[in-house]
Amino acid sequence: MSILHARLIAASLISPAGKAALLIALASVWLLACDGQPWNRPYPDASAHENVFYSLFQERPKHLDPAQSYSSNEATFTGQIYEPPLQYHYLKRPYELMPLTATEVPVASYLDADGKVLPDDASAGDIVWSIYDIHIKPGIMYQPHPAFARDKLGALRYHHLGDDALSAVHVLGDFKHTGTRELTADDYVYQIKRLAHPQLHSPIFGLMSEYIVGLEAYADTLKGAWGKAADGKEQGVYLDLAKFPLEGAEVTDRYAYRIKVRGKYPQLLYWLAMPFFAPVPQEADQFYSQPGMKQRNITLDWYPVGTGPYMLTINNPNRQMVMERNPGFHGDSYPAEGAAGDREAGLLDDAGKPLPFIDKVIFSLEKETIPYWNKFLQGYYDISGISSDSFDQAINIGSGGEVTLTEGMLEQGIELNTAVSTSIFYTGFNMQDPVVGGDSGAARKLRQAISIAIDFEEYISIFLNGRGIPAQGVIPPGIFGYEAGEDGINDYVYKASPRGPVRRPIEEARKLLAEAGYPEGRDINTGKPLVLHFDTAQTGPDAKAQLDWLMKQFDKLNIQLVIRGTDYNRFQEKMLKGTAQIFQWGWNADYPDPENFLFLLYGPNSKLGHNGENAANYQNSEFDRLFEQMKSMENSPLRQSIINEMMEIARHDAPWVFGFFPTQFSLHHSWVKNSKPNLMANNTLKYQRLEPALRAQLQNEWNRPVRWPLYTMAIIVIVIVLPAFVGFRRQQRLSAYQDKR
Amino acid sequence: MFAYIVRRLLYAIPILIGVNLLTFYLFFVVNSPDDMARMHLGMKRVTPEAIEKWKASHGYDKPLLLNSEADALDKVTDTIFFEKSLKLFVFDFGYSDDGRDISFDIGQRMMPSLAIAIPSLIIGLMVNITFALLMAFFRGTYIDVSGVILCVVLMSISAMFYIIGGQFLLAKSFRLMPISGFDSGLDALKFIVLPVVIGVVSGIGSGARWYRTFFLEEAGKDYVRTARAKGLSESLVLFRHILRNALIPIVTGVVVLLPLLFMGSLLLESFFAIPGLGSYTIDAINNQDFAIVRVMVFLGSVLYIIGLILVDITYTIVDPRVRLT
Repeated sequence: MSILHARLIAASLISPAGKAALLIALASVWLLACDGQPWNRPYPDASAHENVFYSLFQERPKHLDPAQSYSSNEATFTGQIYEPPLQYHYLKRPYELMPLTATEVPVASYLDADGKVLPDDASAGDIVWSIYDIHIKPGIMYQPHPAFARDKLGALRYHHLGDDALSAVHVLGDFKHTGTRELTADDYVYQIKRLAHPQLHSPIFGLMSEYIVGLEAYADTLKGAWGKAADGKEQGVYLDLAKFPLEGAEVTDRYAYRIKVRGKYPQLLYWLAMPFFAPVPQEADQFYSQPGMKQRNITLDWYPVGTGPYMLTINNPNRQMVMERNPGFHGDSYPAEGAAGDREAGLLDDAGKPLPFIDKVIFSLEKETIPYWNKFLQGYYDISGISSDSFDQAINIGSGGEVTLTEGMLEQGIELNTAVSTSIFYTGFNMQDPVVGGDSGAARKLRQAISIAIDFEEYISIFLNGRGIPAQGVIPPGIFGYEAGEDGINDYVYKASPRGPVRRPIEEARKLLAEAGYPEGRDINTGKPLVLHFDTAQTGPDAKAQLDWLMKQFDKLNIQLVIRGTDYNRFQEKMLKGTAQIFQWGWNADYPDPENFLFLLYGPNSKLGHNGENAANYQNSEFDRLFEQMKSMENSPLRQSIINEMMEIARHDAPWVFGFFPTQFSLHHSWVKNSKPNLMANNTLKYQRLEPALRAQLQNEWNRPVRWPLYTMAIIVIVIVLPAFVGFRRQQRLSAYQDKR
Repeated sequence: MFAYIVRRLLYAIPILIGVNLLTFYLFFVVNSPDDMARMHLGMKRVTPEAIEKWKASHGYDKPLLLNSEADALDKVTDTIFFEKSLKLFVFDFGYSDDGRDISFDIGQRMMPSLAIAIPSLIIGLMVNITFALLMAFFRGTYIDVSGVILCVVLMSISAMFYIIGGQFLLAKSFRLMPISGFDSGLDALKFIVLPVVIGVVSGIGSGARWYRTFFLEEAGKDYVRTARAKGLSESLVLFRHILRNALIPIVTGVVVLLPLLFMGSLLLESFFAIPGLGSYTIDAINNQDFAIVRVMVFLGSVLYIIGLILVDITYTIVDPRVRLT
């Protein structure tokens, strides 16, 4: 090549067009050189083939300490790590308790005041104490953890750490050595004692101290002991609970312990399936109590220690939480029995296979629903809920109300699970209010009229995209006591029809309103319009449509509804002081027992004065009497008939407009197997199975990068820059006489 | 200059006390310690005893500002304000209300915030200056007019639109980068591109238009006419004279922002799941975590004061006529 040619090429490359062309050429080579992997994969490329489950968390869990953890987002983690003695059967419905670490579901023995054993069918009134003897399986080991690490002499390696030893420690993984030990009954008793620890705020301490013998006094004992041990220090204090015996929880054997409760309390078994009653090893508590640990965020609240199928290996709530298979897991197997239809649905294909199936679970921080949804569609999350924004994209609702997936979802092989939640959302009347409250006939008719007027079928259709069923009473489907069909209809609001319950016409509501003393929505004595107040903490723009809708419902009766919007705290305060008039509230079941719903209307459980969960402050002596009788009964026809009586009282008195039971919709990709909603169990992750090869293949298909926009953008830049450059050059060459500016 | 800086730092103390008092007052007007306890303890089965216990263990069981039952100096020192706020002045941030070490969290979250903020600032500055220079150079022509119109259009679009539109177009439809997320080290690059692009594009409208006015203002001054009269080329006039002088307000405007880059971007961090300090602050407000809120407000105030001092120092560098006394 001649020098002239070289100069020409160089000159052409130096020119702006040449530079742009070179850039495009280089970019093209780079783009073509890419290896065919998706560019938008938020994880390392190799991870697509790994047996890893991808999910998310929207806010960091506040507590992972089983004494304090109560929220469902926390149970996602604690449920896989901690193992209480009992668990719910994954597939069977209605929900059924079965042993987890226990050898069997304990059967209570009942004692009278003298300590004499009573027969199993003794009446609740005669039972003074109930004794639960719980036997656990031997050979269950804890996850590897530095709290158990021992040195050559057998002493605990990390239990006397000084500042020097901790200087290089920032996260739990910085401790090089780990150890394990066998689970014993001591650990269960230790945890029960922790419910009363003065430095922990266990949400069930109040409830449990009513039942577990001596727990309330135990809290006072610990408080005194803590004061002495702490001596003004805020950190580095350890209170050895083993030194303080608790009458209601004692070890009877290395693998057995006893819980003693007051009276008859069969619901204790349900609590024994929750992390509150999971074991906590004393070594872990002692390890985390050392000075300097809290400063490094190394606490039991952040790094749980359990015997479950998974262990939390990374806890970075600012970005990612990772659970990995516990190498010392004692083993469990996939259930061989299920509910009707489970076999046909392929849910028993893995019967008897060892659990867990998945090696690792990665939860990524994802605060907004739009990116979450889009990443699910790209295959980067294995499961998803359905937000209102994406509902139409995912779900078709037929004319008969049947729910199907849209074509787009079906093309991607996405599958849908639905389940009616064990929750209720209702509109409550403050029964202490002089207008809507009280047990007078007029007030009752006013409440009944409003109950007819508020059309929750419409609400579910407009605001929930059909995801809910109107409530006929307090108890949702799937819980003992719920009655389907005509027997379960709220006759005061609905009429039976061949198509199911039909809301009574608004004329009946107007008639009731007139009988209540408000014909045409005006006070019969004063002629003034009836003005009612709705107290709510929902004040944002999203809530406006719902509040407008609610006002329209009252307007059907010519009742003026004034919205008293306030912040959440003020709202709570109003409820506690009983100054709200009408409000909306909800309840999510702790366990599948009617007691856990009917207690929401039990007088001594009212919010006003008792700080309980009866937000309407409803009080009916007959209802209360029946509740006391029903709460300690086993499920039986007699219990059902008592519940029916209670429901009739509640429907007649109408302290609530029984709103709706929400229906949960969840989606999962075709590579996720064994997915079945279980609204009671927290430990369902171990049953899930993945097909990572299929996932990798589909992710690659769905996420091929579209490259033409990059070329187009480059051309656009050239089209913009080139004339500007030409113009600039031209202006540079202009003489003063040619400058027209 | 040293005396000036020391004096400014001393002035900062009463300002910071005032900011602390104001934050304290505003926070507790909206939330009582009981409210905070209820928020942290959850909605179910919260007893008055649990609330009292929570308050006592978090130091919220004392009077807010004045302890009338205490003796002498304890009247002031044995209060929530004194105990929670005084330590801030030695940068002892303590623990969040859910027991996390705030200094540790801030340290962890600072880098992701900076990873977005610094490239956005530098690239944004370069793009805005280039675009503004282009408009100023072709002032009065169709390039200038269409540039200004484009700026107004870009300014009129909501930040949310840029974010959601950017995610939809680049990450979902074209699948060129991840929709959201974050990673450490070089792996973070692919997550940073989209928020930086959106941050830059969303800032072009206001930035370029603002800088254009600086350039045009300078272009009308006598020294520019003199330079042209001297026979200097337009590019020399533009880059050597106009740009250098117009940079004084631009640089000082940017310097004041530098320390605040640490505080992160509230919207971008939330939508792109970036674990920065912006989302940290928003989460704290939502969770009524007073411990974090007061730290972040304090830190913001300190950084703003540092920014203002830096601006003054920068003035002396970019404009030798200015002297700090």
